[in-house]
Amino acid sequence: MAKHHIEAKVNGDPVEFLCETEETLLDVLRDTLNLTGSKEGCASGDCGACSVMLDGRLVCSCLVLGCEVAGHSVETIEGMAKGESLHPLQQQFLKSAALQCGICTPGVLVASKALLERSPDPTETEVRYWLAGNLCRCTGYDKIVSAVMDAAATMRKG
Amino acid sequence: MRYEAPESLEGAVALLAGARGDARVLAGGTDLLVQMRADVLEPELIVDIKRIPETRAVKEEKGGWRIGAAVTGAELKEHPRLKQVWPGVIEAANLIGSTQVQGRATMGGNLCNGSPAADSVPALVAAGAVASLVGPRGRRDLPVEDVMLGPRKLALEKGEIVASFLLPPRAARSSDAYLRFIPRTEMDIAVVGAGVSLTVDGAGIVTAARVSLGAVAARVLLVPEAAQAIVGSRLDEPAQQRLEAAARAACRPIDDKRGTTEFRIQVAGVLARRAALIALDRARSN
Repeated sequence: MAKHHIEAKVNGDPVEFLCETEETLLDVLRDTLNLTGSKEGCASGDCGACSVMLDGRLVCSCLVLGCEVAGHSVETIEGMAKGESLHPLQQQFLKSAALQCGICTPGVLVASKALLERSPDPTETEVRYWLAGNLCRCTGYDKIVSAVMDAAATMRKG
Repeated sequence: MRYEAPESLEGAVALLAGARGDARVLAGGTDLLVQMRADVLEPELIVDIKRIPETRAVKEEKGGWRIGAAVTGAELKEHPRLKQVWPGVIEAANLIGSTQVQGRATMGGNLCNGSPAADSVPALVAAGAVASLVGPRGRRDLPVEDVMLGPRKLALEKGEIVASFLLPPRAARSSDAYLRFIPRTEMDIAVVGAGVSLTVDGAGIVTAARVSLGAVAARVLLVPEAAQAIVGSRLDEPAQQRLEAAARAACRPIDDKRGTTEFRIQVAGVLARRAALIALDRARSN
């Protein structure tokens, strides 16, 4: 069976790639497009390390087939910083040391950005529920949640 | 493995009906991709139905609401009117998985995955939702409670798909609720689920009700005896006790590490009672 020829947008840029039916969007991002920021933790939608935005909606890229994104728009962690300038969430995660091993961090950042775009002044409970699909086995979550709250405050000040 | 994304129901049906090996419908993929990954399924053909307009639309129809089978939980939650009319259906759909899973998971997929513990199914059953099926012999309606026959077993014919659900028109002072028991705060599979939809009159008497239970039998149950137990009452203590007893009497649960038979039966009564009280409270303010 011939590979699928897919045209889509990734981080605002038009991309073309070939993929097999069973390849996930995460496989395509990492292995074909060399965007290795999105991580594979569980490959079953439980851990959130592969979180990306698909047409503005937060999803696990391990639960999307590569061929499903034909004509659609994907945003990954690689699109979060603007050139040399880190996103306020990224800056706050560094400042607060809100990461240890770092595997979950790209997914947490993508998910947190999606939250703050919808809800610029979230409660701690809101942050914790929103990020319930992003598992971290190192931090115990407290530093992550505080960093998201602090970044939200920074972003509200503009 | 072939992948097709037809833009019409007829196209999807023709592909599925003509498949030689195992053919699977892809909606949100939150169950299908996991099962493929775990080698539980290795379909010859995947038919993605998300490019078919009916599966992705939410619209008013005949005083009720038609919801496409591939509308996601996140989209249902964001809909400006649905959560006022059918809060139980919306809360049930939104109990499924994380924010990320909500961005993909659909009620059509939740039903057709064929799990007795599916959260949105008891709520749809209590709501009196009717599935619109399209297959090689045309379109037919089937009440949601009749779509699933048992674990992983559906009443669908070869080539037939669930295109959408119709939620019926709502009388004044009507509402619904869905509750489930899980051993943690979220992101788990129901040990027991209960859905209640009811209507009260101006005097607070229940004039109509539907009660459903999930994860206590081989399929999601509609329990008419539990509904009869509260119709004509003000849902006072004796009526609540009758409701609990009728709900428990309908249970035929499995016994496993997630809940013993005895526990599931006990909890089914408690959840049916609590869901009825929430639905009543919501109905009074409608």
